Amino acid sequence: MAVAQDTVERSVRNGVPLEYATADGELKIAGFWLFLSTDLLLFACLFSTYAILRTNTVGGPTGAQLFDIPGFTTETFALLTSSFTCGLATHEMRRGNRAALIAWLAVTVLLGLVFIGFELDEFISYATHGAAMQRSAFLSAFFTLVGTHGAHVSLGILWMLTVVYQLAVRGITAVTARKVFIVGLYWHFLDIVWVFIFTVVYLTGVLK
Amino acid sequence: MPVSPANLTGHFFVTGDPLIYGADASILLASAAVVFVLTYYKKWRWLWREWLTTVDHKKIGVMYLMAALLMLFRGGVDAILMRTQLMLPNMKFLAAEHYNQIFTTHGTIMILFMAMPLIFAMFNIAVPLQIGARDVAFPYLNAISFWLFFFGAMLLNLSFVIGGSPDAGWTSYPPLAGLGFDRGPGENFYLLALQVSGIGSMATGINFIVTILKMRAPGMTLTKMPLFTWSVLASSILIIYAFPALTAALALLLIDRVAGAHFFTMTQGGNAMMYVNLFWIWGHPEVYIVVLPAFGIFSEVFSTFSGKRIFGYTSMWLSLMTISVLSYFVWVHHFFTMGAGPDVNSFFAVASMAVAIPTGVKVFNWLFTMYRGRIRFTVPMLWALAFIPNFAIGGATGVMLAAAPADYQYHNSYFLIAHFHQVLIGGVVYGMLAGMYYWWPKMFGFKLNERLGRWGFWLFNIGFYVCFMPLYPLGLMGMTRRMYVYPAGLHWALLNLISTIGAYVMGIAFILIVIDVLYSIVRGERDVTGDPWNGRTLEWSLPSPAPHYNFARIPAVASRDAWWAMKEQRADDLNSGRQPEPLQPIHMPKNSGRPFILGVFFFVGGFGAVFGWYLLAALGFVGVLFALLSRALEYDTDYYISVEEIERTETALGRS
Amino acid sequence: MTVSHQQANRRSHSAGDHGFPWSHIAGYILSVVLTASALWLAVAHAGRPVWRLSAILSLASAQIFVQLFLFMHITESHGPRYHVLALVLAAVFTLTVVMGSIWIMSFNGTQAY
Repeated sequence: MAVAQDTVERSVRNGVPLEYATADGELKIAGFWLFLSTDLLLFACLFSTYAILRTNTVGGPTGAQLFDIPGFTTETFALLTSSFTCGLATHEMRRGNRAALIAWLAVTVLLGLVFIGFELDEFISYATHGAAMQRSAFLSAFFTLVGTHGAHVSLGILWMLTVVYQLAVRGITAVTARKVFIVGLYWHFLDIVWVFIFTVVYLTGVLK
Repeated sequence: MPVSPANLTGHFFVTGDPLIYGADASILLASAAVVFVLTYYKKWRWLWREWLTTVDHKKIGVMYLMAALLMLFRGGVDAILMRTQLMLPNMKFLAAEHYNQIFTTHGTIMILFMAMPLIFAMFNIAVPLQIGARDVAFPYLNAISFWLFFFGAMLLNLSFVIGGSPDAGWTSYPPLAGLGFDRGPGENFYLLALQVSGIGSMATGINFIVTILKMRAPGMTLTKMPLFTWSVLASSILIIYAFPALTAALALLLIDRVAGAHFFTMTQGGNAMMYVNLFWIWGHPEVYIVVLPAFGIFSEVFSTFSGKRIFGYTSMWLSLMTISVLSYFVWVHHFFTMGAGPDVNSFFAVASMAVAIPTGVKVFNWLFTMYRGRIRFTVPMLWALAFIPNFAIGGATGVMLAAAPADYQYHNSYFLIAHFHQVLIGGVVYGMLAGMYYWWPKMFGFKLNERLGRWGFWLFNIGFYVCFMPLYPLGLMGMTRRMYVYPAGLHWALLNLISTIGAYVMGIAFILIVIDVLYSIVRGERDVTGDPWNGRTLEWSLPSPAPHYNFARIPAVASRDAWWAMKEQRADDLNSGRQPEPLQPIHMPKNSGRPFILGVFFFVGGFGAVFGWYLLAALGFVGVLFALLSRALEYDTDYYISVEEIERTETALGRS
Repeated sequence: MTVSHQQANRRSHSAGDHGFPWSHIAGYILSVVLTASALWLAVAHAGRPVWRLSAILSLASAQIFVQLFLFMHITESHGPRYHVLALVLAAVFTLTVVMGSIWIMSFNGTQAY
């Protein structure tokens, strides 16, 4: 990025984090917050659909019959922890510690993979036990809502890997710092969405 | 749906209709002509370097405009065909299925592939120039938005000759649009084309919000922004919060169709009305997404051609913002007849009527702006003036429709058709044509011919009333939308005939506008001042067309109507002999071919998904991922323009 | 895309940024506690379901703030915090879509089918 180096240095001296040090970085972070707003609305639509169709099981399995409490709880704690480690990555980045930054991002990716593993396992076991998305409107809504989140997480893992690669090659610069920060925002956002899936889908499903 | 190769010849290419063969032939001829011209004049390289790879908002704006006019033509032909079929009772011009396809593509194209690119054209052409910026916040993303729109539009239009057009109406309600009733690929074309272009629209919304909030010239506080920029902000806010609902609705219907899910199949616990609910959560704000920028253009035009600042500036932007938020709370008025209950219908009826209040404020402000102004009846001003009675009628019939109990009578009748054409044509098309005539010299450096423009305007305006006024009584007499034929003896014939005549007049008016453009390219009055209308906002401070970096020096803004104030100030400056600040190198983004290639991959993937050719769909998807990855690893994305080059350019443009 | 503009109104990022990550650890503990409480509430047999449903939804909402303030640095910005405004608006519209849809599509509990 051909932004004058002195501008960056001046900003950092003034206590501005590197990712905000260029106008470009600042604009992109602002733009990404707006993207998260749109994504929130997308999930809002899927949540509404789920809320309206969740009781329409037409004789098929219900949530209470399907959801496995230890399974979705482990999944949830994996993702919660990954959000924490992702926060630590940003923290280390701001201290200028590249090795720790990459290490925490790697831990985040691993936890993300654990999460996806659990989810795939859950989906496959449902599908093989006669609870595929074609069974009822409830299951269509369930697979679409949870699966859309899972697709987001999978994309986030790939994205985070490209960021790790760039950090390894280029170190912490105004550009890579911005990329870490933005992928971090995305990751935390997915954690928030998951908390609601955990609550609205799983906990409500097993609510006694 | 999956098409086996054996059926390809039967189903892949649409056959059996002379109109389609005519279209096939004209598409082939037009493509051949384009290829020939580009090759003969050795323009391929020019096309790639100057247009297909550009990230310059001004050129992207021009491409949006051209594409939108082309789509206006396509949608207009659809309209003419429908009106011809309805001209007389028992007409046999179009078959029922063909008529269904035509009203579907007419609506889809006019809203998503005509109105949307037309407003994006105006966003791109005017906003950065109005706020004193050198480009939008994300120029590369801006190019992606355009190409996604473009290839989305191509995908939808392709359905005409390959696979068959969608035919479940532009709203595409299930169960009619579900697999049970509509197995053909046409519906998939609709779902995927809208999805692809929708991604682009969402990105445009984000882009312009950030541009407007973060990139204004120093001194231009929010309350010193031109009203068009305000309207773009309001419209972009709606885009980013409303489009996700369309994305969701279309995605769920697609999942129903390709994966056999049951969101909208009643027998498996689905609820078809949920699609309608999601669709209109987007659909109603969409109306304001396209009309608010028109309001912005009218504000600029009334102010400029009355030689006055806008009346009630604060109430103008406040009402824009109020409308944008209110319009999110009215969506049920599109399906009052679903019978959600008296409480639901009452709430949404009252909210819908409330929108009339801020809109009324705006109309009065425009009238007061003209009051005691020095009015110049230019073509943009004519379109703006004609908008007011149009919108008054459209608004009044809108309030009638918003009364939920009465809506049970009007619902889906020609009364509704007349109403929404009156606000969408009278608001959006009039507004965008006003904007096109207004900013044309800024885009191309010459004015459109006023005489031809006036002919075009008057014919269109008269044609409009002749076409649409008869539809109100027809609706009250019981004629419902989407009927392809009607019997004699209902007293509908005369009104329908008049309406069809009006449609033809509007068609002639469109041709006149095109002739105006072609004539003016050769003979139009050149704009050497950069300020042909004696304008008030910053875009008129630049040469026409503006250099690619827009502003050699970012202007300092001290008041509203910044350029007007500068013109008053300039006389003093010349006397005092003050020197301008020294130039500095300008930081600009580099051109890139990737947005175009990304669009191609989306097109390929979408096409594969339409026919259930999942290998092709996967190929497109991998291509998209690959394009995104290669962008992520690209670091050489921008450059500096040297002071010498800026000086050279400015001198060549007659500025120092 | 222009050269970085300097603005007087700087972001305020938390003072602990260069030391031990206290805020992150506090955030993690909070999120774990909130999640565990929700789980307990859901599987417990005490209390009316409606009451417990509201409680777990409130706990989930509290987690939004944990993530936004302790992990996502929401308070940071050059100049006005437009992104906070955008998120507030997004929250309003999200509630509108979810609660509005439920209200509209439940037909006052008198669905005909």
